[in-house]
Amino acid sequence: MTTTTTVPGGNREVLTGWGCTAPSAATVWRPRTPTETAAALTTIGDRGAIPRGMGRSYGDPAQNAGGAVLDLTGMDQLWLDGTTGELAAQAGASLDEILRQAVPHGWFIPVTPGTRFVSVGGAIAADVHGKNHHRDGSFGSHVRSLDLLTADGATSTLTPDGPRAADFWTTVAGMGRTGVITRATIDMLPIETSLLRVDTDRFTSLDDLMARMVEADEHYRYTVAWVDSVNGTGDFRSVLTGGDHAALADLDARQSRDPLAYDPDVRLTAPPWFPARALNRWSVAAFNEVWFRKAPRHRRDELHTIADFFHPLDMVRGWNRVYGSGGFVQYQFAVPDARADVVGVALDRLRTAGAPSFLTVLKRFGPGNPAPLSFPTPGWTLALDIPAGVPGLAATLDALDEVVLGAGGRHYLAKDARMTPATFSAGYPRLADWRERVDTLDPTGRFMSDLFRRLLP
Amino acid sequence: MMNALHEPQSVVVLGGTSEIARAIVAELPPSHLRRVVLAGRPSPVLTEAVAETERDLAVRGSSAVVTEVAFDALDTDSHPAVIGALFAEDVDLVILAFGVLGDQEEFETDPAEAVLAARVNYVGAVSAGLLVADQLRRQGHGALVVLSSVAGLRARRSNFVYGSTKAGLDVFAQGLADSLVGSGASVLVVRPGFVRTRMTEGLAEAPLAVSPQQVAQDTLKGLRKGSHTVYSPAAIGAVMAGLRSVPRPLFRKLPI
Ligand SMILES: Cc1cc2nc3c(=O)[nH]c(=O)nc-3n(C[C@H](O)[C@H](O)[C@H](O)COP(=O)(O)OP(=O)(O)OC[C@H]3O[C@@H](n4cnc5c(N)ncnc54)[C@H](O)[C@@H]3O)c2cc1C
Ligand SMILES: NC(=O)c1ccc[n+]([C@@H]2O[C@H](COP(=O)([O-])OP(=O)(O)OC[C@H]3O[C@@H](n4cnc5c(N)ncnc54)[C@H](OP(=O)(O)O)[C@@H]3O)[C@@H](O)[C@H]2O)c1
Repeated sequence: MTTTTTVPGGNREVLTGWGCTAPSAATVWRPRTPTETAAALTTIGDRGAIPRGMGRSYGDPAQNAGGAVLDLTGMDQLWLDGTTGELAAQAGASLDEILRQAVPHGWFIPVTPGTRFVSVGGAIAADVHGKNHHRDGSFGSHVRSLDLLTADGATSTLTPDGPRAADFWTTVAGMGRTGVITRATIDMLPIETSLLRVDTDRFTSLDDLMARMVEADEHYRYTVAWVDSVNGTGDFRSVLTGGDHAALADLDARQSRDPLAYDPDVRLTAPPWFPARALNRWSVAAFNEVWFRKAPRHRRDELHTIADFFHPLDMVRGWNRVYGSGGFVQYQFAVPDARADVVGVALDRLRTAGAPSFLTVLKRFGPGNPAPLSFPTPGWTLALDIPAGVPGLAATLDALDEVVLGAGGRHYLAKDARMTPATFSAGYPRLADWRERVDTLDPTGRFMSDLFRRLLP
Repeated sequence: MMNALHEPQSVVVLGGTSEIARAIVAELPPSHLRRVVLAGRPSPVLTEAVAETERDLAVRGSSAVVTEVAFDALDTDSHPAVIGALFAEDVDLVILAFGVLGDQEEFETDPAEAVLAARVNYVGAVSAGLLVADQLRRQGHGALVVLSSVAGLRARRSNFVYGSTKAGLDVFAQGLADSLVGSGASVLVVRPGFVRTRMTEGLAEAPLAVSPQQVAQDTLKGLRKGSHTVYSPAAIGAVMAGLRSVPRPLFRKLPI
């Protein structure tokens, strides 16, 4: 007896990433179960398929022009063991939903990016990092196991140190190229409260900020600096926040009544003034001005909600459309400690080029993990958002690529939308190992995306 | 793939010796280019165009591979195979540049010549354009640039055969663009005025004449902005809009 599984979807749709650039059309399938996912895979043609989570990557990794895209957001079940903190999640489950379920039980996601609207599959496939990288590493380091549906139609459970550890680490940061992650188990972090105890400092010198950030590594689980990359002509001013989960003892009587209350839509701090209309150099300059001024010069032990502290941008739904139809790119690179100077060079060049970034973020990275394509390496990472229409941007970024590579740095695939194959391979010295492993898992290239067509032609 | 900043990796020119098309290739960011195909009627000029493009790209630090492919707009029977082969690898940008200007007087004394021009400029473009669109639709991305002309916007006594071929081409290309909405691919119609190339060599220069480099820059700007139509120079768009409402008896007498 043969049974046929019908998979929802199957229409041609034009897709982009979060940056709204480089659209391409693919046949989009929306499987709701692992069986439907496997069934969708059997229909794919010679242009292959790629998994897609919540499409929060900025560029083209979750697109597959002319081929199939498997949108996994319908596969979103979760199981949390409230005593051990082990979370089992289907790959389409969002960090948003995980937090809603886990925080009230005293568990937190071990690594969260700047938005909670990412899927577990996307978090593993990009090996995302958070404000705690210097201390806790990236997302992949907290995955106990993952189920991978490979090109041969088989699903295997892979672990970081088991017999197929190499396949596990090829899949972590593998941007969907090894197959479909259908399910994963993750070690959650125990928390006593849903609040964070936060220290804030303002700086008017980049050197002072960076010196302080190196020290702060020791003191805080979470640190991040926001840099005003627009205003001024000389030095760059910034706001550094450092924090950790608040203990019960840190809460006042009212807060202690429901210490694990979690409603991400409720805010403690005022929403930032947001340049919702035409985004240009001037509105962004004003935004940066306000953001800097509203930060306290020096404040200790302030309590913030999870949403305020980790996901401030999620407050403004669809803010990516603010940049207009031309879209925007995020330029994110990492450089080793010895070449901290590149941070200043990049900020300088982009300010001179007139790139209005209202979201410029500087973070520290700790040690990397065994995944060959994992982005974080010890040192610094800087990320800037820039409208794609800024004149001369392509040449400015090409030149900056050289500076970053010359410093032994690299660019983040989850943000990239424009680099060249040469820049990619120069930044990832273990690319050849990774490719070799991918070729054994997927010898005929059934998993393919616009990103890999662009970077591994 | 075309990246977020509209930098193509793979480009095909139909009418490979076209000075305007080669100027477009020369304006493209070299570090991102990997493959350039100049497709055209085999001739020493085409071979030299390939060599020159390769040299120019190398000087600009590109390691792009430039190749020559035989393509004749008149030989529509060969188009499916030729265009199919061009798309054996993905193409990010196709420039449909072939065309002949011809001579109006000669067209009127020898209508067979006029038919030939119509077959190149219109029939050949319909054939190639539909086949390219089909490939772009299949691959789910890519842009087609069609070199139309302001000559197609209003009939002129002095060049209405050429003008009518461009009018047909222009309407065809607009419709083709509409047919590709939702496919991930797009069409950009470029309407230059008088361009100083070998096509117009020896002719008296019209007002607002531009260089092929100018057309190239305007074209790339149009691609970056996701425009449907680009005039080169931009000002000629306004001029044409004005001329369109000039009554025919008067228009006929204008010295253009
Ligand atoms: C506002 C904002 C802030 C951000 N901040 C950070 C940050 O601080 N740190 C950070 O690291 N990143 C950050 N990001 C980037 C984001 O975390 C990553 O791009 C993440 O991968 C997005 O997840 P997604 O579910 O949207 O995946 P998508 O964007 O849909 O896909 C990303 C990649 O994962 C692959 N993939 C998705 N699901 C699966 C699966 N089930 N199996 C196999 N492969 C799969 C896709 O093929 C694709 O290659 C931020 C993004 C935004 C928009
Ligand atoms: N120059 C202008 O003022 C101007 C203004 C508006 C629009 N245009 C249009 O822009 C396009 C490019 O023109 P250009 O100025 O670059 O002139 P060009 O250098 O003369 O280019 C014309 C191209 O058409 C090709 N061609 C002619 N007949 C062909 C055929 N049967 N098969 C294949 N290719 C053929 C020529 O190839 P060969 O080398 O084999 O002849 C040449 O590559 C043309 O469509 C033209 O109509 C030009």
